[in-house]
Amino acid sequence: MLKEEDKIFKNLYGFEDWSLKGAMQRGVWSNTKEIIEKGSDFIVEEIKSSQLRGRGGAGFPAGLKWSFMPKDSGKPHYLVVNADESEPGTCKDREIMRNDPHLLLEGCLVAGFAMHANACYIYIRGEYYSEASNLQKAIDEAYANNLIGKNACGSNWDYDIYLHRGAGAYICGEETALLESLEGKKGQPRLKPPFPAGAGLYGCPTTVTNVETIAVAPTIIRKGASWFNSLGRENNTGTKIFSISGHVNNPCNVEEEMGIGLKELIETHAGGVIGGWDNLLAVIPGGASVPLIPKSICDTVKMDFDSLKEVHSGLGTAAVIVMNKSTDIVDAICRLSHFYKHESCGQCTPCREGTGWMFRMMEKMVKGDAEVNDIDKLLDVTKQIEGHTICALGDAAAWPIQGLMRHFRPEVERRIKEYRISEVA
Amino acid sequence: MKHPGMTNKVYNISNDVFNWSEDNFNRVSEIIKKYPNSRQQSAVIPLLDLAQRQNAGWLSKTAIEKVAETLSMSYIRVLEVATFYSMFNLEPVGENFVQICRTTPCWLRGSDKLTKVAKEVSNSKLGETSTDNKFTIVEVECLGACCNAPMVQINDDYFEDLDEENFRKILIDLKNNKSINKGSQIGRQTSHPKRGNDA
Repeated sequence: MLKEEDKIFKNLYGFEDWSLKGAMQRGVWSNTKEIIEKGSDFIVEEIKSSQLRGRGGAGFPAGLKWSFMPKDSGKPHYLVVNADESEPGTCKDREIMRNDPHLLLEGCLVAGFAMHANACYIYIRGEYYSEASNLQKAIDEAYANNLIGKNACGSNWDYDIYLHRGAGAYICGEETALLESLEGKKGQPRLKPPFPAGAGLYGCPTTVTNVETIAVAPTIIRKGASWFNSLGRENNTGTKIFSISGHVNNPCNVEEEMGIGLKELIETHAGGVIGGWDNLLAVIPGGASVPLIPKSICDTVKMDFDSLKEVHSGLGTAAVIVMNKSTDIVDAICRLSHFYKHESCGQCTPCREGTGWMFRMMEKMVKGDAEVNDIDKLLDVTKQIEGHTICALGDAAAWPIQGLMRHFRPEVERRIKEYRISEVA
Repeated sequence: MKHPGMTNKVYNISNDVFNWSEDNFNRVSEIIKKYPNSRQQSAVIPLLDLAQRQNAGWLSKTAIEKVAETLSMSYIRVLEVATFYSMFNLEPVGENFVQICRTTPCWLRGSDKLTKVAKEVSNSKLGETSTDNKFTIVEVECLGACCNAPMVQINDDYFEDLDEENFRKILIDLKNNKSINKGSQIGRQTSHPKRGNDA
């Protein structure tokens, strides 16, 4: 279990004051000027050697991503914080923004400085109204105390932070769709290349990063990369906020060490599975987009990027959706298919048409009103969507169905057979 | 899924006029200042949101036209934004716009029962406004409060850790113009594992 002193998010639940006064008592903004004076190369190198991987789902090495920003492009540089938290199961960034917004703002300054950016936009999902309100108050406090703005923290670096509210579109969590949306257009992803580090917001060098990744950066610099990478294991270091939802006794967000056992995570923090561990059916370990894993894998799997990849799933956003034996597992995945159908932006044909087709087929599978070889047809269609779209939404729509069929195909076949028998009778 | 934010039709009222209120006119210039010169199109989502707030929770054709005029954008560019994003309602909605999260994490914890309760109390169908104009009930996709499932959003606020009983009470209180408390309905501190009564 993660030691109290190793926790980065000291006010995750909002028991303490979230405003500047409370944040300063927790050590936020304490020596930001000194951190900046160490220089941008130092910050990027320190993040690289901490082996911090992006907390937004893809798990790309953060330091490497930051280093892609050109040094002298002659254009403005931008840091864009992705706070469009919409991945089903995920509700961690919400807690950071409403309970410890200054932790994020300090991260914005440190990371933005490291990327030679003078401006930062935080794109928060529109539904997070009170979270946006806390964050805006925190921004106002930071300006009033010269922590950001002209000569931020007395560092001779000018830095502006702006909050931008979205309006309800899952796809805007995809980085280039987010940039389109921020430019005042429909949130439809861009073809890459060019990558945002070359041509992002307004055609300028931009890095888009998740809230949690940015919020942990100042603590890593303060405590040192070696502290951070002593937690977890090689390439899967540090701490992580896990969102545990579904059939557990005490659903919660909790910060834990990377690589904690899934069973330990659920039993120690979430009060166990409803009905006991043996009543567990399956877990979606990283938000709706990753394939589910059945109980047999849950018994032993560790919660980090590489361990979950080995079992054909992923850590994603570390949103653990627990389903016990009372769950209609086919309907649970069918609901997710409905989600992707609804959230497809409509730009690429395989995704626009495919998500609807997969949902309708899944609806049939729920009832059993299908042929056994429809399962293979469905899997074939998922393969035709996966990898054939501009962004990863197509993949994300395909994976839950592939995971279902990988582990619960006999259940789907049973339903089809039973339905046929009931039709004959 | 019937939802006033998911239609592509523009609801037009004859002789409808939309002008920014004085407060909002000042807000508009504050919002535009956030973005670089010549990039004021970035303000289209915040301005549509502002217009919707001024217009009882939905965007009329004239409101969309006003946003286009304010930002020197063509009407079609603003309209495509208004239709793309689900938070922009293109039809009138009731006093309480109730969005019930239906995605898997909330569904696992009983969101279907909440929909049933909402239909009963409002005496309306999903996506339609009740005859007393008190409610428009819709089902929506994940609202990002999964550790406090099941949950609903009513206007700007989240109501969490719901069950049939406490949700019914919220709706009845709203119907009777009583004040209600947002957030967790079981006294839980945000998404802390402990429930209110044993914290």
